[in-house]
Amino acid sequence: MDYVKLINCMRCGMCLPVCPTYKETFLETASPRGRVALVRKVQEGDLDQSGRLLEYLSLCLDCQACASACPCGVNAGELVAEFSCERKESAGLGFMEDLILRKLVPHPDRLESSLVPMRVYQKSGLQKLVRTLGVLKMFPKPLERMEGLLPELPSRPLRQEIQEVTSAQGTERGTVGFFLGCVMSLIFSDASRATIQLLSYLGYKVITPRNQVCCGAPNMLGGDLEGLRQDARTNIDIFGGHTLDFIVTDCGGCGAELKKYGHHLDGDPAASAFSGKVRDISQILALHSDELKSRFRPLDLKVTYHDPCHIAHCQGIRKEPRDLLKLVPGLAYKEMAEADACCGSAGTYNIAKPEMSDRILKRKLDNIAASGCDVLVTSNPGCLLQLKKGLAEHLPGVRIMHLTEVLLRSINAA
Amino acid sequence: MEQSLIKDLQNIVGQQYTLTDRESLAVYGYDSTPELESLPGAVLLPGTAEEVSRIMRLCHAAGISVTPRGSGTNLSGGSLSVNRGVVVQTSRLNRLLEIDEENLTATMEPGLITSALHREVEARGLFYPPDPGSMNISTMGGNVAENSGGLRGLKYGVTADYVMGLETILADGELLRTGGKVVKDVAGYSLNPLLVSSEGTLGFFTGITVKLIPKPQGKITMLAHFPVLQDAALAVSAIIAAKVIPATLEFLDKVTIKCVEEYARVGLPLDVDAVLLIEVDGHPAVIAEEAAAVAEICTKHRCSFFQTAKDADEALKLAAARRTALSALARLKPTTILEDATVPRSCIAAMLKVIQDSARKHNVTIGTFGHAGDGNLHPTCLTDERDQDEIKRAHTAFAEIFDAAIAMGGTITGEHGVGIAKKKYLPKLVGESGIRVMRGIKQAFDPKGILNPGKVF
Ligand SMILES: Cc1cc2nc3c(=O)[nH]c(=O)nc-3n(C[C@H](O)[C@H](O)[C@H](O)COP(=O)(O)OP(=O)(O)OC[C@H]3O[C@@H](n4cnc5c(N)ncnc54)[C@H](O)[C@@H]3O)c2cc1C
Repeated sequence: MDYVKLINCMRCGMCLPVCPTYKETFLETASPRGRVALVRKVQEGDLDQSGRLLEYLSLCLDCQACASACPCGVNAGELVAEFSCERKESAGLGFMEDLILRKLVPHPDRLESSLVPMRVYQKSGLQKLVRTLGVLKMFPKPLERMEGLLPELPSRPLRQEIQEVTSAQGTERGTVGFFLGCVMSLIFSDASRATIQLLSYLGYKVITPRNQVCCGAPNMLGGDLEGLRQDARTNIDIFGGHTLDFIVTDCGGCGAELKKYGHHLDGDPAASAFSGKVRDISQILALHSDELKSRFRPLDLKVTYHDPCHIAHCQGIRKEPRDLLKLVPGLAYKEMAEADACCGSAGTYNIAKPEMSDRILKRKLDNIAASGCDVLVTSNPGCLLQLKKGLAEHLPGVRIMHLTEVLLRSINAA
Repeated sequence: MEQSLIKDLQNIVGQQYTLTDRESLAVYGYDSTPELESLPGAVLLPGTAEEVSRIMRLCHAAGISVTPRGSGTNLSGGSLSVNRGVVVQTSRLNRLLEIDEENLTATMEPGLITSALHREVEARGLFYPPDPGSMNISTMGGNVAENSGGLRGLKYGVTADYVMGLETILADGELLRTGGKVVKDVAGYSLNPLLVSSEGTLGFFTGITVKLIPKPQGKITMLAHFPVLQDAALAVSAIIAAKVIPATLEFLDKVTIKCVEEYARVGLPLDVDAVLLIEVDGHPAVIAEEAAAVAEICTKHRCSFFQTAKDADEALKLAAARRTALSALARLKPTTILEDATVPRSCIAAMLKVIQDSARKHNVTIGTFGHAGDGNLHPTCLTDERDQDEIKRAHTAFAEIFDAAIAMGGTITGEHGVGIAKKKYLPKLVGESGIRVMRGIKQAFDPKGILNPGKVF
């Protein structure tokens, strides 16, 4: 860990009002400035890990709202994540974390087959039965939470279904590679289908390599830096085999990670070139707003947008999604308060820290309700999962959609 | 700290709100002041004024010091416990109790965040002007204890100008009520002004009543670029001499501009020596005239470009960017030591020259920004705590700057307070008699010296 990055924090406190856990607790230990101070104390030998250090640090969502707010350029979220990653690298993971972050998520095949029983479970009506009977109460808490988060699954993951090449409609304007995130493919395949269709409408030939692997973000969370680098190299090779104008993703988390490949591989030229081509779908669509505008048909919706942390804070993209939504005729756009505050999903946080996650989610839901919207739009699968569940339980009148689903619907509207 | 005392404290505020683990003590051992750190013995988070009173009574009896803390953003070490006493954070006492639209007052608990008060009163067409750069996180209790200023100080004054009533828990746990909603009150000594800016050394505020004014109908935000530093300073004095009182008249020098622009990207010019951020507010007809006058004066003082914010959004962005100045300066070097010397407004140009000369003489980098209209500059030394020699030179330069400020009839701190950081300069400013009177006041309020000891003198 780079000591200078730690002492750069001048403790002005500009990060405090945007930190979701500080807002909930008002505790310095639950603030970005406090976390940087704690990590620094460890580096300086004044604190060790025997006390409550790890417990305090693990409350960080790594949403990086603090980084956006920090005028001196300190990224507390990333510093804590790096610290935890280094620690996990040496100390190992808990059972659930190990299962999810190392054994399952980074491997599309295993992840896909792991969900087969889930699909059977849902389709057979077993889920309904289990939920009614409250059988899950008998299982460990994390399992119960995971079950609750899972919406109805598509019949097959998109990765297995989608053609590798989707040709451009009309005159071909360029070729893009599509990076299909695991959760998008497994659960929100309709949204990714919409993404591909929009790209094709706009004249892009879309290549979706079937052998692409995980972006590597779960490896980072799981403290497996080597695994992350391995994923990165594989993806760089696979996408490098095509001539591409851009590499597009509709998953905020993947986008943020892919853009860091250059950094992860220490500035390796191929990695930097790869990262340089990565775009969030909203960035590509915004390039063609005139054309989209002429194709959009009216949608009678009141919409608000939730900024995924991985898009707003990690990639600095805030304007494009809003501008695109505002292009849709008839759509009334309502900005909600604290739109770029985390929803509490944050990787496996909602399973690992259920209590804090719920508090943060509640605040988000209150802001959504106050906006008066009937559709909540966002563009990251973690947020989609978390908010879908939150809305179903507390705001059943509000639907949630991925940005590309709304835009495609507008194009297809009668 | 003794186990039995901790038990007693737990009995008052609850176990959950009594922090004694190493990690918590470590992070309550600092505030925003550079170079200072001092671990408390315990941190308490009371939920009622009654609990504050009981804490005080207990500590008074036990001879343990109590240091109030809001959000820990002060810049003089005021919220640090110097002798392992208890730090009492007001975050749970953060309710806005009342907005009285007939008397134009707001009453609140001390932990209320300054900008939260702004939001609530502005939603009703009212206005609470003090807006320190830290307003999104500073507490009203901290603002009162430091008598904080802000960007709108020139026209509207500082926190003290708005405090009408206080509820203060004294060192022995007794409640003292001073002032209230009356606009005139000459019964006995004026204690409010004494408590405002007492830096937590005279009492613990649990209730605050402030004056509100109608929200100005309009405002115009302007930015003037000056290729020559001194011209900007002269323009400041000229604007005031021309009997235009802008709400805001803020100064940023080249180093600061660069850092702020790097972070905020609001289009500040990177090729000039200084900019002035100017805001006039009030009746639309009046501000149009004032804005024209300001533009003319800036042009006369060789500003190379004069820009008027095109809409509220752009105005907000410019002001927000200015608020990041101090923190943004830390982009260049890890340690930023900033000062708060304040001089009569007519001396701004002379003061800037002193700062520049000192920086050159002692070979340190100083970025300067501040509330130029108030004569309140924040020369900020960009340094590295690991370079002890440079740190020493920085302090020598600042000692010189303070001397010059005092010689001009100014002060060593305009708004950040004395705390620990400026203790050694206070006698120079107020003299022996000043210190004697202050000690007498402290003695009258807190004979056992348990309230925030080690601060001010
Ligand atoms: C980036 C930045 C910008 C800033 N800009 C400005 C500015 O423009 N103008 C300005 O004036 N200051 C400014 N400050 C300084 C600081 O924010 C103010 O001094 C502020 O009022 C401190 O509020 P706080 O809640 O953080 O108080 P703290 O730092 O927690 O405490 C400050 C002092 O108040 C005492 N105190 C707190 N609560 C109480 C209470 N309830 N009763 C009695 N005493 C109490 C404490 O003991 C301490 O002595 C800035 C600071 C930063 C970091």
